[in-house]
Amino acid sequence: MAQADARALANGAEPAPTDRAGRLQTADGVPLKTALRRAERRRKIAAFLLVAPLLFFILTFFVFPIAQMMWRSVDNPQVVRALPQTLEALQDWDGSDVPGEPVFAALHADMMADLERPRVAQAIGPLGIRLNYELSAARSAISRTARQVPNFEAPYRDAFMDSHRLWGDPALWRIIKREGRPLTSAYYVAALDREFDDQGNIVRRDENRRIYVQLFIRTILMSVAITFLTFMLGFPISYYLSILPMRYANLLMICVLLPFWTSLLVRTSAWIVLLQQQGVINTMLVQIGLISDDGRLSMIYNMTGTIIAMTHILLPFMVLPLYSVMRNIPPSYVRAAKSLGATPWTAFRRIYFPQTLPGIGAGGVLVFIISIGYYITPALVGGQSGRMISNEIARHMQQSLNWGLAAALGTMLLIGVLVLYWVYNRLVGADSLKLG
Amino acid sequence: MALPAYATTKDKIWYYTFRVICFAIFFFLLAPIVVMIPLSFNAQPFFSFTREMVTLNPEGYSLRWYRDFLGSDSWMRSIRNSFIIGIAATVLATTLGTIAALGLSRSEMPFKGAIMAILISPMIVPLIISAAGMFFFFSQLGISGTYLGVVLAHAALGIPFVIITVTATLVGFDQSLIRAAASLGASPTRTFFKITMPLILPGVISGALFAFITSFDEIVIVLFVAGPEQRTIPREMWSGIREDISPTILAVATLMVLLSVMLLTTLELLRRRNERMRGITPT
Amino acid sequence: MKLKTVLMGAAGAMALSVGTTSAQDPVSLTIVSWGGAYTTSQVRAYHDPYMAENPHVTIINDDGSANALAGLRAQSQAGNVTWDLVDMLPSDAQLACDEGLILEIDHDEMLAAAPDGTSASEDFLPGSLGECFIPQIVYSTVLTYRPGAFSDDAQPSSIADLFDVENFPGRRALQDRPGTNLEWALYADGVDPDDIYEVLSTPEGVDRAFAKLDTIKEHIVFWTEGAQAPQLLADGEVVMATGYNGRMFDAIEVEGMDADIIWDGQVVEWDGWVVPAGGSNIEAVMDYLYWATDTQRLADQAKYISYGPARASSAPLVGEHADLGIDMNQHMPTNPDNYFSPIILDNDFWTDYGDELRERFANWMLQ
Repeated sequence: MAQADARALANGAEPAPTDRAGRLQTADGVPLKTALRRAERRRKIAAFLLVAPLLFFILTFFVFPIAQMMWRSVDNPQVVRALPQTLEALQDWDGSDVPGEPVFAALHADMMADLERPRVAQAIGPLGIRLNYELSAARSAISRTARQVPNFEAPYRDAFMDSHRLWGDPALWRIIKREGRPLTSAYYVAALDREFDDQGNIVRRDENRRIYVQLFIRTILMSVAITFLTFMLGFPISYYLSILPMRYANLLMICVLLPFWTSLLVRTSAWIVLLQQQGVINTMLVQIGLISDDGRLSMIYNMTGTIIAMTHILLPFMVLPLYSVMRNIPPSYVRAAKSLGATPWTAFRRIYFPQTLPGIGAGGVLVFIISIGYYITPALVGGQSGRMISNEIARHMQQSLNWGLAAALGTMLLIGVLVLYWVYNRLVGADSLKLG
Repeated sequence: MALPAYATTKDKIWYYTFRVICFAIFFFLLAPIVVMIPLSFNAQPFFSFTREMVTLNPEGYSLRWYRDFLGSDSWMRSIRNSFIIGIAATVLATTLGTIAALGLSRSEMPFKGAIMAILISPMIVPLIISAAGMFFFFSQLGISGTYLGVVLAHAALGIPFVIITVTATLVGFDQSLIRAAASLGASPTRTFFKITMPLILPGVISGALFAFITSFDEIVIVLFVAGPEQRTIPREMWSGIREDISPTILAVATLMVLLSVMLLTTLELLRRRNERMRGITPT
Repeated sequence: MKLKTVLMGAAGAMALSVGTTSAQDPVSLTIVSWGGAYTTSQVRAYHDPYMAENPHVTIINDDGSANALAGLRAQSQAGNVTWDLVDMLPSDAQLACDEGLILEIDHDEMLAAAPDGTSASEDFLPGSLGECFIPQIVYSTVLTYRPGAFSDDAQPSSIADLFDVENFPGRRALQDRPGTNLEWALYADGVDPDDIYEVLSTPEGVDRAFAKLDTIKEHIVFWTEGAQAPQLLADGEVVMATGYNGRMFDAIEVEGMDADIIWDGQVVEWDGWVVPAGGSNIEAVMDYLYWATDTQRLADQAKYISYGPARASSAPLVGEHADLGIDMNQHMPTNPDNYFSPIILDNDFWTDYGDELRERFANWMLQ
């Protein structure tokens, strides 16, 4: 605006009107400062209004669903909903021995009240499933008892303890009391391979039931390996592309861009075709006599296959940022170093390489972020040793139906990725991502 | 960069070794994709080259897997679905994304960094997490297992690409052109269609292409959110790979590679046009 | 109660509707099943003939049964049930029933009686009916091997041979879940089929089963979906594979795969229909179910796949394969020649101990 004023003055326009105090005014008598501020605000609002529909869209259909999913990792309504009176009665229980008759009477009342509800609204079924996550056989204790409860007569304590052995186990009661709160940390405890002991302390699980920490570590190690491999393969070709004349570089760039634009499933099936036991590579090796027909190599449905396929799939994400950085490194620096007596290796190490670091950082973080949450390729070619944390999340989502645990694992993965995204943003800025 | 005349033997060895390494890597990138193409014409249901194929005997080749593909109702339906969903998601993402990019590229845009981070996030969040969230939320809305659900989800995934490409085009955009148009009496709508749109069009189209290919290639969301009627090409391929991997998959894959080549060419032409229009010539 | 009235009305309407159905409003039923050869057998035995008789009905096949419980729960929580009929395992059906996700079934009222008048609840095989579950078939998980992978005089013949890598070298394909695998580990270790679950409910028994699995661990390839097991055999990736007997039958007899089934220690289970609560086409579904679970229809399915019908009255009607003309009786898991040492899968055990054993199994696979 100041520029526009200056231009207006330079063009020999009338001097701008002022008020009595000498402040600049617009033609209709509003102080210029106010008018400018108002215009500024209007433009801010106008700019924001342009963005608003999209922001609304993303918040509603993307951010909100994810936040809601994360909520499931602490949401714990089952016990509270099914056993309100029992929880009340349990308040004074010290947790050492099986509770007394009043608690069992309350349990009976709760179960009877639940049976009154229409089937879809009954809370007993979900309660059994919830408790079974914490204690095996709790589900059948609940569901079997629920069927007999209408015939129970006081004293209820004996009736319950006769119907299923678990009612006489203080461990079940401790779990009911502990999970009798609307929010729980139990899913995170489980996601970290920990559990509550009899005193309510968090301890590590039995060695033969630990899964997730190990799986997270494996996921990270595989992602590091993939990132490193893409770097090792991506660096030479990016350098080569950057020193070629543009015409040839663009031509060779197709080798990078074609895989980038080819369907993920196409590339994954290509690797299956190449690597499976009756596939192209094994058959060729047998034909040229390098391996025997019985000694065909297992290169797929394991970690090796997953790493090969993912390196191939993610290599373009390393090459593209590296190439764009290298293209802008003036060759004169290295020439200067060499002319000053540096060996080619020293010139590369001390002069060239440091200038590529932004590209390496951008490509590395990008490849790492993508591979750490990868699902499809490990699911198709991972076998057992190539499974990653995403596959476990999907399994809990779709098969074991422990959605709270899936949400807890997902939240942990998401937080990891967001931290990396933040680093990436600091490093290069999200909007400077180059595409193709 | 040719080898200078004064190069030593060591230089020469390095020069050639380096090129051999590079071409090996290019081979690694392209070979898997290229290998599938002849195998998709295999007359036998194997994933290796038969003797007839190697000796170029015509009997080793056939179009049976293409006939299988073209004669299958479920594959044909998946093609239709992929295009319906892809195009609808692209239109939605491109429209919302372009308008938003116009706002984002204005200097007076408040909270630019934070908003940008939110709008780009669909590209960063692992798909399994997005899919899990949408699975629950879309079920509640009653749009899980509908075209609408998949389209909304795919549009969300395509938006970051539109934002990135369009804002990149707008970086070199001269805002005074808009002021000039306004001062000459053009309405904002007219200015948009007559001035802004032609200039940012290459960015919009390449953003749209990215959004389309994102939807066209997407599988995780489809696995969680789509119903049996919305099975797309990747979804059919997923079942094919997991259940009985037959060379039909390779025939589909070959056609998909053809499609990628077409998209890639379009994009390259757009890039050149954009550079010409903005006076940047390739060095 | 209201629902029941509706259902009874539906049953009544069915009696009247025979022959006049074409005049009804068009209805589209989404039926969820297992995909592959199994869905094909249902399409040919049930869906196609039913649609021919009832032109107003269109059946859409969804092969989501592997994740059926997840789908049912999500749809129910959302209050938007899009599935009309689901094919699932009794253990999952029991969980869904406990949660109120599926309708309770009054078998005698909703299902046809046998031709001789035996009521449905009497006619279905003992132990197969569930509160919400309508059994359809008996299937079994069996061990299958490639004869060509072993010398002629030393072919595998028992579950013990699955665990004998000395005499029967080569990779084995097992399903990536504890069910069946733990049972077989104990069976191969000398536990009587009737005692397996008793042993498996003790920590020592679980340790024993995993110790047995450890002996072949390096030779295992895991499969996830039913169709993968015969595929792995056919591709020569493995020398033996566990798998569903119907899939194996299809691969061997229809596709011509060179493999043999070992019936020793077959793990027997039911599979059947459940009706999601809150669906919008309940009346049409009940009409379909009444028809598709009668004696003749269950016997018809055995023309296309080697699963045993769940009704006693269907057994005598099992005949030849529709396309191959081979006698299907000898391929039924329940044929006395095959049913000499069956292990009956205990669903109650797996609903109780499944969560814990799945974790243990996942840990074991990771090591």
